[in-house]
Amino acid sequence: MTRRARAIALGVAVLVVSVIAGLLVGPVHIAPGAALRWLMSFGHPPPGMSEQQAAILGNLRLPRVIVAALVGASLSASGAAYQAVFRNPLADPYLLGAAAGAGLGATIAVAYGPSDAFAVTVPLAAFIGAIVGVGLAYGLGRSSLSGRSATSLILGGIAVASFLTAVQTFIQQQNAQTLRQVYSWILGRLGTTGWDDARVALPSVVAAVATLWLVRRLLDVIELGDLEAESLGLNVGRLRVVVVVAASLATAAAVSVAGLIGFVGIIVPHTVRLLAGSSYRQVLPLSVLFGASFLILVDLVARTAVAPAEIPIGVITAFVGAPFFVIALRRTGRRAT
Amino acid sequence: MSVLPDVFDRTNALEVEGVGVRLGGQEILRDIALEVPAGSWVCAIGPNGAGKTTLLHAVAGLVAFEGRVDLWGRELRAYPRRERARLVAIVTQQPVIPEGVAVRDYVLLGRTPHLGVLGTERRSDLVAVEQALERLELTWAAERRLDTLSGGELQRVVLARALAQEAPLLLLDEPTTGLDLGHQVRVLELVDELRREHGLTVLSTMHDLTLAGRFADRFALLSQGRLVSEGARADVLNAAVIEEHFGASVRVIGDGDIGWAVVPVSERGAR
Repeated sequence: MTRRARAIALGVAVLVVSVIAGLLVGPVHIAPGAALRWLMSFGHPPPGMSEQQAAILGNLRLPRVIVAALVGASLSASGAAYQAVFRNPLADPYLLGAAAGAGLGATIAVAYGPSDAFAVTVPLAAFIGAIVGVGLAYGLGRSSLSGRSATSLILGGIAVASFLTAVQTFIQQQNAQTLRQVYSWILGRLGTTGWDDARVALPSVVAAVATLWLVRRLLDVIELGDLEAESLGLNVGRLRVVVVVAASLATAAAVSVAGLIGFVGIIVPHTVRLLAGSSYRQVLPLSVLFGASFLILVDLVARTAVAPAEIPIGVITAFVGAPFFVIALRRTGRRAT
Repeated sequence: MSVLPDVFDRTNALEVEGVGVRLGGQEILRDIALEVPAGSWVCAIGPNGAGKTTLLHAVAGLVAFEGRVDLWGRELRAYPRRERARLVAIVTQQPVIPEGVAVRDYVLLGRTPHLGVLGTERRSDLVAVEQALERLELTWAAERRLDTLSGGELQRVVLARALAQEAPLLLLDEPTTGLDLGHQVRVLELVDELRREHGLTVLSTMHDLTLAGRFADRFALLSQGRLVSEGARADVLNAAVIEEHFGASVRVIGDGDIGWAVVPVSERGAR
């Protein structure tokens, strides 16, 4: 087995273990064998399992694990993709303003949109918001004096994110009746996740992640810079648009169901690079697999560490992610000098 | 490597006519006319800011230009970008060295114009990569990360990528920058060998006039965006022309024990 195949196999194995852990761990004890039999029979309670246990697995834990996997895969893959097209190791849906834009879009949809069409309007508005957020950050980062440096794009993104978040807060203030609903997911939440969320996120996530997965080899070409990539026959402008749209779609889907969860797009791709090298042939697929596992496990911690209360999942990712960001920042500093 | 298509029977690989380039409102090149016979090595020389790099970028289709550039008798703009990239390979002055990427993966990027739309490589692509690595004596380093290589090794890796591209026209922008004297000569000898073995046409820029004069067949002297002299070594690289356009006193030494050389003359040197 080649090194690449081994890495993918490891990623799949970790994901399987994470899913099983996500199903088994919780206040109600469910035996591993019973859970496995339940899965094999597609949700029909096997002999010896109570209806209540089956309901916990089917209505609470499984959808939550699936949504966590979708969100984790989306945020990691879009982080890796943004890092490639902006040639910027610090790029992350959260720091680029994409997540904040998606959050604002979703908030507008919740506050002013028809409540019977949330399943459509929230992801759509989040997508538009994410594109606007990245566009603004990119415009600001480029037009600043040090337009080509890695940090100016991120500074632009942080400025955009702060602004969009402020607008979002204002809209929440104006719409007190939705405040509660929206506030719970500003910090990132999976607490009330059900099958509805999985259904909302799934189509976008699959479309976006599949697109990024397909173009992963071209991301290595774009790493050479626009000039050399063009000289190799790549349409850099078109690829950049395709990748930014796909990554923003994935971000929007994640934000629509889970709110603002920061740093996943930095933590996972950078860890993968340490394990398997920098080629996006590996970084992208492994970011999808490890990103899904990572968020399932973080969610596990979020709901068990201080049970019966829950820690907002975004708090944990920020707790882990901020040091990661500092490491990535130091690496860029070294590279620039 | 590959069987050369019949377009290579044409005498000129490259014809440049009336080419001008403006970048950010500034005129960088004006009315350049140049012919590069197939199989030859033409070297663009000239002081800093003369427009040499921009000329290479125009020929590679990387900057917008006015006028006409023909590759093997067909206008550059008429080539789809991938087809163009199969004909012209460029080694830029400061290639981007992506961190953490292995040598073999980097050389494989040279196959990009030959791959499918999604960049899936075939067996033939992997073979081309191995051949390029072997030709540049880099097989031992195939798994090494680029950032662990020395400057001379890196330059060979970049050349290997260009070679794997299998383009018959090779553009080299200052291929010896940052190399010590021994590596400079070795890289140029290598380019010359590759040119003869694979029938490549080379258009390069070079600052070292002595090395340029020893390797290239013809010379194009650019100054302030214009082509001021073009021709064989004796016509372009003579003391009078160099002094006029480089603003430096030189002596050109011919055919002594040390071979041909351009040597700067200065007060300090005369002491």
